[in-house]
Amino acid sequence: MINKEVENLTAAVSVISEGAVILSSGFGDAGAPVDLLEAIINTDARDLTIVSNNAGEKNYGLAALIKSGKVSKIICSYPISTGSVVFQGLYNSGKIKLEVVPQGTLSERIRAAGAGIGAFFTPTSAGTQLGERKEKRVIDGVENVLEYALKGDVALIRAKKADRLGNIIYDKSARNFGPVMAMAATTTIVQVDEIVRVGEIDPEQVITPGIFVDRLLVHNE
Amino acid sequence: MTIIPEKIGLSRKQIAWRIAQEIPEGSYVNLGIGSPEIVANYIPKGREIFFHSENGILGMGPAPENGHEDGNLINAGKKPVTLLPGGSYFNHTDSFAMIRGGHIDICVLGAYQVAENGDLSNWATLDTSKPPGVGGAMDLAVGVKKIYVMMDHLTKDGQSKLMRSCTYPQTGFGVVKTVFTNLAVIDVTDKGFTVREIARGLSIEQLKAKTDAPLTLANNWTTLNPPELN
Repeated sequence: MINKEVENLTAAVSVISEGAVILSSGFGDAGAPVDLLEAIINTDARDLTIVSNNAGEKNYGLAALIKSGKVSKIICSYPISTGSVVFQGLYNSGKIKLEVVPQGTLSERIRAAGAGIGAFFTPTSAGTQLGERKEKRVIDGVENVLEYALKGDVALIRAKKADRLGNIIYDKSARNFGPVMAMAATTTIVQVDEIVRVGEIDPEQVITPGIFVDRLLVHNE
Repeated sequence: MTIIPEKIGLSRKQIAWRIAQEIPEGSYVNLGIGSPEIVANYIPKGREIFFHSENGILGMGPAPENGHEDGNLINAGKKPVTLLPGGSYFNHTDSFAMIRGGHIDICVLGAYQVAENGDLSNWATLDTSKPPGVGGAMDLAVGVKKIYVMMDHLTKDGQSKLMRSCTYPQTGFGVVKTVFTNLAVIDVTDKGFTVREIARGLSIEQLKAKTDAPLTLANNWTTLNPPELN
């Protein structure tokens, strides 16, 4: 019988190793896998690359992981927000690398990885500082830049509900990057509020089908 | 040089009111973070408009009443909002397909600078002491059908934000359709900036003196006449 549920946070993040690329869901606090991120602090993993829309809020979740010194690079669209002091401090002292990616390009690069697409052309960032070192092509008279797929070793996702097969539903705007990141990593780990019986989630309402999910953890502190 | 009395010009709320009048029934609209968010407060009653939020909401409603905030229901500025009947949630890639795929009718953005050819600078200044961040600005600039800019005419130290060409890093090129400032409503046309409306009490000569790019006065120009808003 398939059962993707793991016992605890330690078991959930045990797959994360040195140099891993981690896709971390969330837009600000909404949909951020705070407990999974904090669980990495107590592992041996280091030199991590985090792909997320932001660079952590205040002093918990991603900010706490960054503060622990285990993160060497952030790939995000918007690292600055109220209270993102941990990242800013390390960035200003040159202790963490930053790659800024337009938000739609970030999301599409992750989707491409999940869908087996190597790269794609988009007009977003063409001609700007962020498009400077990218391959260019004029398509229908418009300059486009080439953007490569962005794959994760691990995806950490916060959702609302799952069944043991990994079928997932989310909560309101906390869905954001979850369904896209779930497709794009070798191992996808989802933190949910509850696991329900198979069949209880209406098939018409499944947002992330279980094929994209490897580990489930119930944790709703 | 003529001295302009301080009272001339629109408040932030009055600029938002003016932009709201410009948004037609049935539009799908994205409002940028900050001042553009308040445009939603001034949509004329009975006009059905759908607000899109880049983090996966269509049909976004106003802020909830105190005590009814939900951390999982926030806008692009990460502030609590509500969902109106007929609204929906979707993932980030679908949200940006709406933006980049040309499905959003109007986006209202703040800006540091707008050039007379419609170039937009709103994601970075020349200050490198802070890490850069772009968010969805470049996607919106390229993908939305009409870009409206809501900004003060001048910077805090009195520099024109309407330019012959932008000196800050650009977000998009030739994308701005209309600029709504505290002093005027200015369309970007083939001939550059064309003034459609001017704040009451301000002459075109006074406006030209405050603008670092040539201005043409539209034949049918009018006086900007917003209601008092508290």
